[in-house]
Amino acid sequence: MARVVVDVMLKPEILDPQGKAVHGALPRLGFDGVADVRQGKRFELELEGELTEERLAEVHKLAETLLSNPVIEDYAIHIEGDAAPGKRRA
Amino acid sequence: MKVGVVTFPGSLDDVDARRAVRLGGNEAVALWHRDHDLQGVDAVVLPGGFSYGDYLRCGAISRFSPVMTEVVAAAGKGLPVLGICNGFQILCESHLLPGALIRNDHRKFVCRDQRLRIENNRTPWTSSYAEGAEVTVVLKNGEGSYVADAETLDRLEGEGRVVARYLDGNPNGSLRDIAGITNEAGNVVGLMPHPEHAVEDLCGPGTEGLGFFTGLVERAFA
Repeated sequence: MARVVVDVMLKPEILDPQGKAVHGALPRLGFDGVADVRQGKRFELELEGELTEERLAEVHKLAETLLSNPVIEDYAIHIEGDAAPGKRRA
Repeated sequence: MKVGVVTFPGSLDDVDARRAVRLGGNEAVALWHRDHDLQGVDAVVLPGGFSYGDYLRCGAISRFSPVMTEVVAAAGKGLPVLGICNGFQILCESHLLPGALIRNDHRKFVCRDQRLRIENNRTPWTSSYAEGAEVTVVLKNGEGSYVADAETLDRLEGEGRVVARYLDGNPNGSLRDIAGITNEAGNVVGLMPHPEHAVEDLCGPGTEGLGFFTGLVERAFA
């Protein structure tokens, strides 16, 4: 099993009303000094079997076709643990 | 004309859309999101609502429903398709229309009578209006703010593909007050406000939305 995490964030130029709402609530809770808040989504994919370059390429395709909308969002993929392709597994 | 209206799980306005289709002089055909064929319809309406609970992003899951595979293929061959509200979001997610719809800039759901200017009457959905006609229909959305990059917006404006624009103030932060757009071929129209809620005097702000559903017939007999 390999855990691949996909983080999806609105592109910097796209307005994020939810992040703004969270930001607006911070002073009411006594949190000062936060200049901005952007809200995103995190997906944790549990993949069966070994994580190969091909599987990782599929995850990229999944991230750009379903998990994110490239018109308004960017995504970043990272692999948790030592499951990265080419890494010797314990 | 036989006009299919797709019901997704979470669609709200499919019954109103079918009623508007009939009042416009057409036959309404109920289509289901799991259908693999369009039952020979001459046009399709994707209605408003919260398909698949708006999970992930509005319209993101509906895009991959079986019926959308058929709608995308048929739209590519010129089938008239009108997406209203959630339907507009589905059309953007399906890449039938450029851009995307994000949360209203003021963060609140908006529900009100909305004045629009019809700026393109060359689509099958707007052909019964005069160019520049001003109409009042219903607007109700939480994620109706139309966004696209400047290049896309310039292209839409330059090619006359802004179908409708908000008047009397921008209700949701849509760039350049855009309420509706069409694709390059002009057969696919996405519209955030709801003309199907303005087709009878009994309820709603009047009947100025009916034209979206009468144009198909007029075209067929033209």
